[in-house]
Amino acid sequence: MFELQGFGDQILLGALMTLQLAAGAVAVGLVLGLLGASAKLSRSRLARAAAGLYTTVVRGVPELIIVLLIYFGTAGMLTALAGTFGHQGYVELSPYAAGVTALGITFGSYATEVFRGAMLAIPRGQIEAAQAFGMGRWLTFHRIVLPQVWRIALPGLGNLFLVLLKDTALVSLIGLEELMRKSSIAIGFTKEPFTFYLLAAIIYLGMTVVTMAGIHFAERWANRGLERSRT
Amino acid sequence: MKKLLAILLTTLALAGVAQAETLRIGTEGAYPPFNQIGPDGKVFGFDIDIANALCDAMQVECVFVTQDWDGIIPGLLARKYDAIVASMSITEERKQAVAFTGRYYSNSLRYAAKKGSGFSVDDLKGKAIGAQRATISAQYLEDNLADTVSIKLYDTQENAYLDLSTGRLDAMLADTYVNYNWLQSEAGQAFEFVGDPININDEIGIAVRKEDAALVERLNQAIEQIRADGTYANINAKYFPFDIY
Amino acid sequence: MNFQAILDSLPKLLSGTVLTLELVGVSLLIGLLLALPMALMRVSRRPLVRMLPYGYIFFFRGTPLLVQIFMIYYGASQFEWIRESALWPILREPYWCAIIAFALNTGAYTAEILRGAIQAVPRGEIEAARAIGMSLPLAYRRIILPQAVRIGLPAYGNEIILMIKGSALASTITLLDLTGMARTLIARNYLPVEMFLTAGLIYLAMTLVLTQLFGALERRLGRHLRPHTG
Repeated sequence: MFELQGFGDQILLGALMTLQLAAGAVAVGLVLGLLGASAKLSRSRLARAAAGLYTTVVRGVPELIIVLLIYFGTAGMLTALAGTFGHQGYVELSPYAAGVTALGITFGSYATEVFRGAMLAIPRGQIEAAQAFGMGRWLTFHRIVLPQVWRIALPGLGNLFLVLLKDTALVSLIGLEELMRKSSIAIGFTKEPFTFYLLAAIIYLGMTVVTMAGIHFAERWANRGLERSRT
Repeated sequence: MKKLLAILLTTLALAGVAQAETLRIGTEGAYPPFNQIGPDGKVFGFDIDIANALCDAMQVECVFVTQDWDGIIPGLLARKYDAIVASMSITEERKQAVAFTGRYYSNSLRYAAKKGSGFSVDDLKGKAIGAQRATISAQYLEDNLADTVSIKLYDTQENAYLDLSTGRLDAMLADTYVNYNWLQSEAGQAFEFVGDPININDEIGIAVRKEDAALVERLNQAIEQIRADGTYANINAKYFPFDIY
Repeated sequence: MNFQAILDSLPKLLSGTVLTLELVGVSLLIGLLLALPMALMRVSRRPLVRMLPYGYIFFFRGTPLLVQIFMIYYGASQFEWIRESALWPILREPYWCAIIAFALNTGAYTAEILRGAIQAVPRGEIEAARAIGMSLPLAYRRIILPQAVRIGLPAYGNEIILMIKGSALASTITLLDLTGMARTLIARNYLPVEMFLTAGLIYLAMTLVLTQLFGALERRLGRHLRPHTG
């Protein structure tokens, strides 16, 4: 049944692209998540409202629509924008960039909530102590808050990454040659959809297992030296 | 984030480098024998040969950009490429969005169905008919048979053929020559044309942005030129044993 | 922004929305019916019984929904024996392929949600129930499941929202749900931004309504846990 007819390397290339896409999106998403959480916890009502709008809207719309919207929508906007800077010609968002942007925005909206919860879980006393020492806002944030936020947010972020890995399949629908797309191309030649989609499923499962192991070890490392309450 | 920025800047830079007379041609790459992608990742086919011939006649360089069919006109309007050579039919609806050159071949639509299945154009009621989304076949089905048949639209012609060969569809409506090509292939051996060609005044042209009237002129002249000097006939003969102009 | 086109597109988009709701509703129902026995198996004391549904749950939670849909729709048609069998009239239809894929997917996630909720019911209550002579099935019916439902409600509400969003993938197998209608319209009017924004807003409306509904449901079911006023 696993007669790949020479498409093995193509499939592996696709899997590699899937990982690249996930890596790009997670980078964008983490930044957006931190910004969003800070905005939600800020004193400015505008910031809180903007962040609230961001998370509500993005979490309520299918990822597929967001991917398609960004892919089709940004081309015109970017070209017009570049035009105002005197640049003639076409400015496009490649399927990779569109995928990273769309998935990054989605990841960021859920990550905002994870980071927000993590930031709220840091004992107020520590922040007050830091301020009593004379540490400025930024110093407090990146020496006291941030390191602890990572530890607390890790399980939640890990789950979001697992979801992200699966969402990368959607980007195949705008032509990015990741795993799903490569599988479809192989099927175009071999006419064996079940074989190749099963193979793709197994590869995704493999990625899931490796990621889960990675998260497990990351949590162990992040919690080193910490006394956990025993129930 | 960095990769995104790098890609954006690179694209900006590349696009900004002024090429002496390069024409970017948009095509689909999933429509054999007119345009398809080979194992080397490059497009080839009747449309590609015609486009190259036209570019030679106009003395410009052709660069091909592939785009999924659904987004091929939006891509033109967003300036992703300057002309669409992808077996696109000239229709009133499309003329509202883009400008067309004169035709470079003629087309009609025809049904393909399994041999011996008893499918007949006189008895369409309730049948499942497939077509590629955003094509004139899809348009024909939606405009004329929406209440009679069950219309199934696919992202690509390939997926449509997959469902036809497994029996999910009773018949396929597609461009005659595309169906002709598929019927010759191994997958299409058990199938045949059914009924006479319909929509027989369909002309295939090159789509261009409305403001590029000069380009339309140049392309039309180039089409006349390759018709006159025999280049067109050579390309035609390479793919079909009959004249498709 | 072409507002006229948006207005013209509404009837078709709304009819697509009806199919979306139908797909989601039927899939959730079947998914619940699948999830209950599986969750019960997962909390069993016998390791063999616990492992039984695990393969299924692991597969459907570990692979993308898109792969699952394509495997069922295109994959099933690869096999001669399926095409000749009595299953074909069902698997032939994209509607049923979508329902099967969605139901199996949500079944796996719901089973885990239910399992977590059952395990969160305070041990003491289960022990007390058994101590006063309730049989296990009776304990489940009167004590465990009602509380599990309350505990699992937020997570299940989230699952419903994820299902609504996931239903957009039905458009990839020719179904004319909300997303499918939007893509069909774009094929005629070349206005991707307008159509996707409108479809997105309709999805948003559905999820917001659901969020409010579940919030109200959670408050009602948990009202005995919050401090009374007066």
